[in-house]
Amino acid sequence: MVTGRALVVAILGFLVLPAAVVAIAAFNDRALLSFPPQSLSLRWFIKAFSYRDFQAGFYNGLIVMLASSGIALVIGTAFAVALDRYRFAGRALIESLLLAPLVVPHFTIGLGFLILAAQLGAMRSFAVVVVCHVVLVLPFVLRSVYISLRNLDRRLELAAESLGARPARVLFTVTLPLLLPGLVSGWLFAAILSFNEFTASLFVTSQRTQTLPVAMYNYVREYADPTMAAMSLIFILVTALLLTLANACFGLGKVLNVDHGR
Amino acid sequence: MQRRPFFGLFVTPAAVTALVFTAALVAVLQYSVRKHVPGSLDVGGLTFDNFTAMWRPLYGRVFLDTLLLCLLTSAISLLLGYPLAYALVRARSAMMKSAILIIVVTPLFLGEVVRTYSWIVVLGNNGFVNSVLLKLGMIAAPVQLLFTVTGVTIALVHVTLPVVVVMLAAALAHIDPAYEKAAESLGAGPVRVFMTVTLPLSAPGIIAGFTTAFAWTFSAFATPQLVGGGKVNMISNLVYQLGFANFNFPFAASLSVAALALTFVSLWMLRFATRPFEKLGQH
Repeated sequence: MVTGRALVVAILGFLVLPAAVVAIAAFNDRALLSFPPQSLSLRWFIKAFSYRDFQAGFYNGLIVMLASSGIALVIGTAFAVALDRYRFAGRALIESLLLAPLVVPHFTIGLGFLILAAQLGAMRSFAVVVVCHVVLVLPFVLRSVYISLRNLDRRLELAAESLGARPARVLFTVTLPLLLPGLVSGWLFAAILSFNEFTASLFVTSQRTQTLPVAMYNYVREYADPTMAAMSLIFILVTALLLTLANACFGLGKVLNVDHGR
Repeated sequence: MQRRPFFGLFVTPAAVTALVFTAALVAVLQYSVRKHVPGSLDVGGLTFDNFTAMWRPLYGRVFLDTLLLCLLTSAISLLLGYPLAYALVRARSAMMKSAILIIVVTPLFLGEVVRTYSWIVVLGNNGFVNSVLLKLGMIAAPVQLLFTVTGVTIALVHVTLPVVVVMLAAALAHIDPAYEKAAESLGAGPVRVFMTVTLPLSAPGIIAGFTTAFAWTFSAFATPQLVGGGKVNMISNLVYQLGFANFNFPFAASLSVAALALTFVSLWMLRFATRPFEKLGQH
């Protein structure tokens, strides 16, 4: 029992270690990495916020994130409802194509959209980045909305129907409100994943449309100072905070299907 | 006729998205059988040279390394993920459960660049691990961890561990505790209960976790690129290098096609090999 607990703590330690180390490195005053830091400062945070490529990357990433997670939410929710309720030709085919980005390497998807964009003459546009991200985040929306649908009590809809509500009214006043936790968490997953997506983005973005992870990757390749540590720490804290909020609001365990199903 | 309100409205956007995704894959396929025109992004006529050029030892080596790294990473993720998933599902206090869940899930959403950079800071010659070991006097000179298979594997496991834990936990959470209680009441010790009841019943989660870890590792790019630093290469690095350093997009495309084929063959073989175990989870 005690060794079991120690093992779990050790594995959790492995997961947390890089975040903890980056947090220390981010406050190091010197440009070279050293442990422990001799003196502390906030200069790398100031540099991270004032670096032009990071600013531009932040705004580009925000545009791409809002567009792609919004579109994915609508497409994914609609299709999850169809999957849950209707039988139709091509159902399995469309489902497996939409879930395929979970196993198809991101560099292949990125390369595909790059070639597609080149053929359509849309190489430097935001549209190709957004479409690529929609495809990449859609499986996560689909999954979390589908799980919520499975847990939905159909009798509530039938009750609304029997009281004379038309399909549109049932959808907007009963089904969608009941699905809200699944919708919000699905959108949140999509938004975070889009904002942090890197490999495919590296292929489909140009200098003009590059998102924050691409800008950060280019920075790591050129400079070794702790500016990236400051950026990473902000990323880690914001992501953890959003997930903690999501957990407090609607229980991540349920959304990820790791709570007791019975 | 069956009533299907909003059927077209619900399915059409998804069908269009699926079509666009297919078009992107077809674009790769189409480029993979075209001639490379040096110094130009346009491609020439039909050719299978890209695929025959792949049979050089240089590329074979990278394919083999990629497969081995995927298998190694998935296996380690499974070994480390199981105790964590078990603790997550069986944690008594809700606080404990949430804490484990947040720690596990956060890296999942961080993105490859931040995670990879963090591991450079941990593993580098002036990094955390070496500084601590030097201070403690356990080593005389820094241990080379960056640019090695060990370093790349550690960073890759960090990427796949969270998703493996989530999948294992989903399987474990759906096991009825009554089965374990029954085995216990019949006199089985904790080890026997685990080996003969819990472990077999969680087989679907093990298979799903391993498969996903395999596919995700295959897809990794920044980790082998930055932690491997050119010393440890995966197919993703080769594709990027050919595309953006040599502008040989047809060859990059043919490598992607080969990688995709390899992914699906591997996943199919995994599924085939694990089919007898899948039945264990039916209850």
